[in-house]
Amino acid sequence: MLAAITALLLFQLAGEAIAIGFGLPVPGPVIGMALLFAALVLRRSAPAPLRDTAQALVGHLSLLFVPAGVGVMVHLSRLADEWLPIVVSLIGSTLLTIAVTAIVMRALLARAQRRSPR
Amino acid sequence: MTNRLADIWVYLAATPLLFLALTLLVYQLAYSVYRRAGFHPLLNPVAVAVATLVALLKFSGTSYESYFEGAQFVHFLLGPATVALAVPLYAQFDKLKSALLPIGGALLAGATTALVSAVVIAWALGAGEVTLLSIAPKSATTPIAMGIVERLGGLPSLTAVMVVGTGIIGAIGAKYVLDLLRVTDQAVRGIAIGTAAHGIGTARAFQESEEAGAFSGLAMGLNGLLTAVLFPLALWLARQVL
Repeated sequence: MLAAITALLLFQLAGEAIAIGFGLPVPGPVIGMALLFAALVLRRSAPAPLRDTAQALVGHLSLLFVPAGVGVMVHLSRLADEWLPIVVSLIGSTLLTIAVTAIVMRALLARAQRRSPR
Repeated sequence: MTNRLADIWVYLAATPLLFLALTLLVYQLAYSVYRRAGFHPLLNPVAVAVATLVALLKFSGTSYESYFEGAQFVHFLLGPATVALAVPLYAQFDKLKSALLPIGGALLAGATTALVSAVVIAWALGAGEVTLLSIAPKSATTPIAMGIVERLGGLPSLTAVMVVGTGIIGAIGAKYVLDLLRVTDQAVRGIAIGTAAHGIGTARAFQESEEAGAFSGLAMGLNGLLTAVLFPLALWLARQVL
């Protein structure tokens, strides 16, 4: 487990170094995720301790957003002034995005299946 | 006695321990309510935990800064957790390979829809420029959205709130939208949820199935990348035209 945590932090560190070194607009952890994925593909398997640690972290992913969410208390006055555009935009855009993404992917999958019937 | 209690409070409130423990405690209470209600989307644990914590902090007159002294340790784990998403994704490697093009197309459509519709709706209803800048990357995960907005002159902390709000809305609404569209393929459900509602949506997708969760994690990472590229580009284009 300690080795797995160390590995995750090292991949994140490598990601941060690449992001800063090349001046990329992409955050370090996302590059770290791509690097770890590439490493797993090359290694052809994920070690069990890494699977357990990843499961523990990802299993409580929503907890990790709570501190940022509590930041809403700093912006209550702006939210009070502009609540209508903000609320309508968040709800409308989020639900629309879910629908568009699902419809496009379903259509593309169906097309791919028609081309290569299995 | 009250004085003594006040002394203890002042002492504890000055250490990170109190608000770290409180964050974990409140979240677990919210989560157990959520679990007992059979994971009903309306009882989203992030929404319940955030509302409870804000009420507690306002009631005790605590500033967000002193709260974050403790909560930062939880916040920090977002980085390693994002990296860890590579593991469930790797478990879906074969399925991923077979659907590379549909996933790419869906992500491009979804990322563009998220960015454009958020800004257009907010603008049409009269939001100011700072709010528009901060709401645009709302579907990207927190560290990504905050990083981009900081560079482009919005308010990173306001963006964090928009991102978390988006995640909660997506986690609550995804089931209804996807059921309405009769989407049954777990990979499609996962990609749609992760594109629109990042990590909070992904946590929700893992409750639907392991497969939906893994694809949601993938979509979250890729939409983060796409938003990091598309948002500065769209902003530059918009400034040329307007």
